[in-house]
Amino acid sequence: MIDRDAEILFNKEIARDTYLMGLRAPQIAAQAKPGQFVMIRVRPGMDPLLRRPFSICGITGGENIVILYRVVGMGTALMSGVEEGNRMAVLGPLGRGFEMPGADQASVLVAGGMGVAPLIFLSRQLEPSSRTFMAGYGTAAEIVPMDQVAHDPMELLIATDDGSFGHKGPVTDLLEIHLAGMGRQLPTVFTCGPLAMLKRIGRLAAQRGFPCQASLESNMACGLGACLGCAVRSASGRERTYDLVCRDGPVFPVQSIDWESL
Amino acid sequence: MMRGAIPDLKVEVGPLKLKNPVLAASGTFGYGQEFSELVDLSLLGGIVIKGLSLRPRAGNPPPRIVETPCGMLNAIGLANIGLEVFLKEKLPWLRELDTAVIVNIYGHTIEEYGLLAAALKGVDGISAIEVNVSCPNVECGGLAFGTDPDVTARVTEEVLQRTDKPVVVKLSPNVTDIRSIASAAERAGAHALSLINTLTGMAIDIETRKPKLANISGGLSGPAIRPVALYMVYQVVRCVRIPVIGMGGIMDHRDALQYLLAGAKAVQVGTANFVRPQATVEIIEGLKRYCTENRVSSIREIIGALETG
Repeated sequence: MIDRDAEILFNKEIARDTYLMGLRAPQIAAQAKPGQFVMIRVRPGMDPLLRRPFSICGITGGENIVILYRVVGMGTALMSGVEEGNRMAVLGPLGRGFEMPGADQASVLVAGGMGVAPLIFLSRQLEPSSRTFMAGYGTAAEIVPMDQVAHDPMELLIATDDGSFGHKGPVTDLLEIHLAGMGRQLPTVFTCGPLAMLKRIGRLAAQRGFPCQASLESNMACGLGACLGCAVRSASGRERTYDLVCRDGPVFPVQSIDWESL
Repeated sequence: MMRGAIPDLKVEVGPLKLKNPVLAASGTFGYGQEFSELVDLSLLGGIVIKGLSLRPRAGNPPPRIVETPCGMLNAIGLANIGLEVFLKEKLPWLRELDTAVIVNIYGHTIEEYGLLAAALKGVDGISAIEVNVSCPNVECGGLAFGTDPDVTARVTEEVLQRTDKPVVVKLSPNVTDIRSIASAAERAGAHALSLINTLTGMAIDIETRKPKLANISGGLSGPAIRPVALYMVYQVVRCVRIPVIGMGGIMDHRDALQYLLAGAKAVQVGTANFVRPQATVEIIEGLKRYCTENRVSSIREIIGALETG
């Protein structure tokens, strides 16, 4: 875990309101594992006050971290205007990432919107022949062009809500079709995206019995397990207990979360 | 002072001796361990641990925090590991640190405060107890203990009777006149006061028309509250004889100096730890620099040096 001012190598819009940013952070890059995140201070000063959490989307050249973000509020709007050569404080790598599947285990990566970010990092560490990657977006303009993010071409199955590209409907349709095609074999599913999608996948996992790891998002002040702001209710036990997205996650076994509470 | 001499940052807060006046505030620094990879904890004046209750407490449902202009609201709900786990799993590690460890306690009845104080009596590695009186009193319709001078005095007396540690009473700013509560705690025998706790507030999402916090209200912290907190510290310093620890929105050493000039013997740094994990250490370095540049040989010369003429 390191906190450093990192130089911005590039910061470019690659889809509608969607930016790819490269930061020179050799020590963070050396430790980072897929599913982990960084806390970024968008700019010095008091407003916005808190850092923002971002999944690590990839490592390039062994010493740079790449993050993918969509402009959704004040923090990301400011971030989108920061030019290369500037510096931002980056704290990481934080949290528990994905547990890697066994070597011969088939895996399916299911992303919704910006949820694609940690799964791109994960996909790089999986055997291409054993993984299937699917992503859902609202519309074609939001699709993250993989040739801009990944150096190696990556086949993705795409779903859009409005049908402007690929399958029309939720990305979970693609997952169901894929599972049907696999017959009795069960893949490990890795997922990240909007809550409604995660809930649906959680229900599917319970019905079909496939192992599933979900990466969660939350408001966060510190990312270190101190502020206790990013609590998520855990499914275990009768008593009400909470896990912390920053410390116990952001990646959780899907059955360990009480999805109804969210 | 001699050029190049290292300024003396040692302070005394009543019976509590600190190597410097900068403490990490309760609820913003976990149990210290959370920051140990990023901060040399032995450099700190002290650590005030996350508010401790008799039994573990899960806390409030999320969302628990929301950012506001130059600040944040939190409604964590006093989540903590409870007395037993703290003594067994956290204190042995904390005890090895070369810094003061102050245990923040809270109860829902006066008796619970007493039981906590008794359990910490004579326990090695605890420098002082900080009493959080901002939580709801179940025996009094959920009104916070710290909003009533008599109840504050009774909590303070109960803790003092049951422990041998220095007792710091942490005051709530959500009162009509904080000086009346401060005086009540002083009369009850408190060794020191710390202030302020968070200011109650709320935020609303205009799209969903719901409160942004599941708990509806939360405690405001961060630089947004600093002028309010500073003035309360200024007022309280002038109405009690016991030492005061100041806090509220301290982000850097200049902010800390304002509290010291107003008369606080020490300061606590809270929300800044979330923004910059090394904030406490940077503030200590900044205080040293200020002393050197201003030919001040001891930080104690700064305390209460406010000029109002």
